[in-house]
Amino acid sequence: MNSSDCLLWVLYASLLALLPTVLVAIPALPIRWKRSLGFLVTVALCLLLIVVGIHALASPALHASIPGPLTDLAWQFTLDPLSGFFLLVLGSVGFAASLHAIGYFHHGSQSKLKQVLLPYPVFVTAMVWVLLAANAYTFLVAWELMALSSTFLILVEGQDQRRQQAAYLYLLIAHIGALALFVAFALLSHGDLISNGSFQRMAQLSSSPLVANVVFGLTLLGFGAKLGLLPLHAWLPEAHPAAPSPVSALMSGAMLPIAVYGLLRIDWQILPAGAVWWGPLWLGLGLCSALFAVLYSALQTDMKRLLAYSSMENMGLILIALGLSRIFAEQNLWPLAALALIAGLFQVLNHAFFKSLLFLGSGSVLHATGTLEMSHLGGLIRSMPQTAFLALIGIFALAGLPPLNGFASEWLLLQAFLLAPSLPSGMLRAILPLAAAGVVLVTAVAAFAIVKFYGIAFLGRARSAVAKHEAGIWERASMAFLALFCVLLGVFPGRVVDSLSHITALLLHGSQIAHQSALALTPISAQRASYLPGVFLLGIALSIAVVFVLVWWRFGRSLRRAPVWSCGFAADYSAQTQDSPTGFSQPLLRIFGVSLSTLRSRQGLGNAIPVQIPDPFWKGFYLPWARAALGMAAMVSRLQHGRITSYLLYSFLTLIVLLVIFR
Amino acid sequence: MTSLIIWRDQCFQILFAVAAAPLLAGWLKTVRALLQNRRPAGILQPYRDLFRLFHKEAMIPEQSSWLFRFTPYVMFGAKVMAVAIVPIIANGLPLASAADVIALVGLLAVARIFQVLAAMDTGTDFGNYGAHREMLISALAEPALLAALFTASLLARSTSLVQIVHLSQIQLFSLHPSMVFAAIAFGFVLLVENARIPVDNPATHLELTMIHEAMVLEYSGRHLALLEWAAQLKLFLYMTIGFALFLPWGIAANPLLTSLVIAAGLVLVKLFFAVVVLALVETLLAKRRLFRVPEFAITGFLFGVIGLLSHFMLGS
Repeated sequence: MNSSDCLLWVLYASLLALLPTVLVAIPALPIRWKRSLGFLVTVALCLLLIVVGIHALASPALHASIPGPLTDLAWQFTLDPLSGFFLLVLGSVGFAASLHAIGYFHHGSQSKLKQVLLPYPVFVTAMVWVLLAANAYTFLVAWELMALSSTFLILVEGQDQRRQQAAYLYLLIAHIGALALFVAFALLSHGDLISNGSFQRMAQLSSSPLVANVVFGLTLLGFGAKLGLLPLHAWLPEAHPAAPSPVSALMSGAMLPIAVYGLLRIDWQILPAGAVWWGPLWLGLGLCSALFAVLYSALQTDMKRLLAYSSMENMGLILIALGLSRIFAEQNLWPLAALALIAGLFQVLNHAFFKSLLFLGSGSVLHATGTLEMSHLGGLIRSMPQTAFLALIGIFALAGLPPLNGFASEWLLLQAFLLAPSLPSGMLRAILPLAAAGVVLVTAVAAFAIVKFYGIAFLGRARSAVAKHEAGIWERASMAFLALFCVLLGVFPGRVVDSLSHITALLLHGSQIAHQSALALTPISAQRASYLPGVFLLGIALSIAVVFVLVWWRFGRSLRRAPVWSCGFAADYSAQTQDSPTGFSQPLLRIFGVSLSTLRSRQGLGNAIPVQIPDPFWKGFYLPWARAALGMAAMVSRLQHGRITSYLLYSFLTLIVLLVIFR
Repeated sequence: MTSLIIWRDQCFQILFAVAAAPLLAGWLKTVRALLQNRRPAGILQPYRDLFRLFHKEAMIPEQSSWLFRFTPYVMFGAKVMAVAIVPIIANGLPLASAADVIALVGLLAVARIFQVLAAMDTGTDFGNYGAHREMLISALAEPALLAALFTASLLARSTSLVQIVHLSQIQLFSLHPSMVFAAIAFGFVLLVENARIPVDNPATHLELTMIHEAMVLEYSGRHLALLEWAAQLKLFLYMTIGFALFLPWGIAANPLLTSLVIAAGLVLVKLFFAVVVLALVETLLAKRRLFRVPEFAITGFLFGVIGLLSHFMLGS
């Protein structure tokens, strides 16, 4: 493959990947073929995306233009390191999710398969186009296609009221976001989206500080709605559990990061240098969002809802890293800005791997047990040992434990925070280490949440639902792929950081951080800080092995299995004596519940009844808006009589008013 | 040749720490007994306990999985790795560059999460209580720990313990007000993380409020011995991290055997006094309710914050 044709190859492949939408319509094809072929096409596309993404990370930008429906309106595409990186993320998640889907939809009926295979390839292709888009027109069309196709995917598992509500809510918030983006693009192109619509042209046009600030706010709204930023997050914990697991994995691991891509592309590359408060705003919003999300993630009783809040938390952390990078960039501290940006991008990559691993794992749990409600689960480590082992790797990565990948990015972020004394502003210098403490609190509570996730569902004794079988081979293979990379990315972080340097060079005027050796992370200098995950892993493994051998050699006797002791209380010992998911997080609720007033009345509930913790933003933010909208609709309805004479009168009056105004 | 010597030093430090940790626990129990007007069981009692436990038969709950059996080895192995990283008696050992303070905290978190998961693996009520309490309290203590460590690393402009120790050994006796606050914060975290008195009572079983003991309730025999030893190593480790940050004098800067022996003796002297302080704290304070622990942890965090702020205001 000629390297300069990369972009075209991806575009053709993404069109070819739409083939399954036709495939499912062929009645003669047996369902097994449809399923395997349908998803394997996406698997192939995703493999191509991984290859092209890695290649593009170190290559100069490529451009392509395809004539569009109007003479002036062309489909323009660009492949540069930034889109390459996100293509790599999309490819990795899409590869695993599509493999998993072959097993996941194994028992689905013909019609269900049709429902999946129509929007699924469109969703992946739309994401590819968003990442490659080089003008506002292409971007917005692809963005809209992405939102629509994912809405249909949410409805695949059934069309009960809850799912429909989730889908509508998602669609609504996505469209508010899209509208904001549309206005932002209009402002950026000085109102002429057709001739000034390309990103390159927009970057050349200058805009006043006011316009820049407005665009900044609009993009924050538009991409924040996708990221699950604080008041706009309500769709996330609804849509993720409603969607089938491979789709949840794609949405969480690939679609949310696309909003990060958008922020980088528009607010960083296209918008000229911004106001001083942009960076702190990102950081503050990210921190609030992450703190809120992590607390709520710890309170959930549904496995996928817990993971959905955790995704929101991770996006918050990424926004913190971007904000920090912005703060450094504002003061022309380029290498430090590069470090913070790399920490954020690394987190995007890590999140894609461990979160999709856990989403796919919970999909397999749903398959085997029929429920995701943790108060019914337990003891899966015995009935599904391999899935449990792979999920264990996922939770370790998510909890930020060395030497896995989650820790590497967290470590880089904290290192970046520790460089705050280089800033000239005394205020920021003092506040940033406190923000770092906030980040640490977030990761510590995230560990609480994910230990709850694993401990309750996979360990202990089965509460009521029992796993009937281990996950299928396709499912296990996809999870093993993700788990393997959770380890590899953690042990060779230097490689990742080196590749990400190309992006920082693109966004931060050519600044990079020092070249890293594959096995070590030394972002500034070896004296400043170093972390050798390989040595770390080897050291722990060796010391465990030595301890094990010594203890066996000297004191090894066969173990005896006995009933649990439990302080002698084990007489009436049933699975219900274990913590319920609500009970597990009850102390957390009690401590932080003070600040979350809606929850206060619910403390003390700790029995086996799953308690749904309502999101306070429903009552405080969404319902007032909904009521206002309904009220306005009621007022408007007074004008509607259904009599043709009054409608004619309205038209007449409007005409008069318009004539008076415009003459 | 020199590489051989530093590896010898590395092994010496690990063996020293592993061997001295039960001694520390024994001395602590002795001082506590004396302060509380009891007759101590002798400073070597922890060794006898370990010996006895190692020779007993190990039983495991019927329902438990491989995680339960694997955890004691991880706990002990992680602690051994940690004592290899911290400059306890010699600075600049080969494994020290593998991890800085942040990674060290991560290493301790690995051990903790294994222990919590093993507790949940038993499927008992007590195991679960211990598990969620431990996760909660450590989540609250972690920001305080980080604030303390940040103050030290901001002063040394490095998060590497080697560098922190090196720098404060050069600027002998220069007084940093921020470090005083950081040391207090670190002391709070030490009490919280090691299940010491105001947070948890290490001397009891069969108490509904127990945390650490609740998690190891189902262990017996060699597994329990490893866990006990690992807990003693953890206390040893926290104290020596404290020394490395705040009282680094005497840590050997050259790899000679004589200076190592002197350094080891000095560490023992420091531990001797630190244990007396700890025993006093434990005797004078009463155990708090679980829901009072957040206040305790937040107080520690505030000390850390004051340390950070005074660093920025005073520049030292």
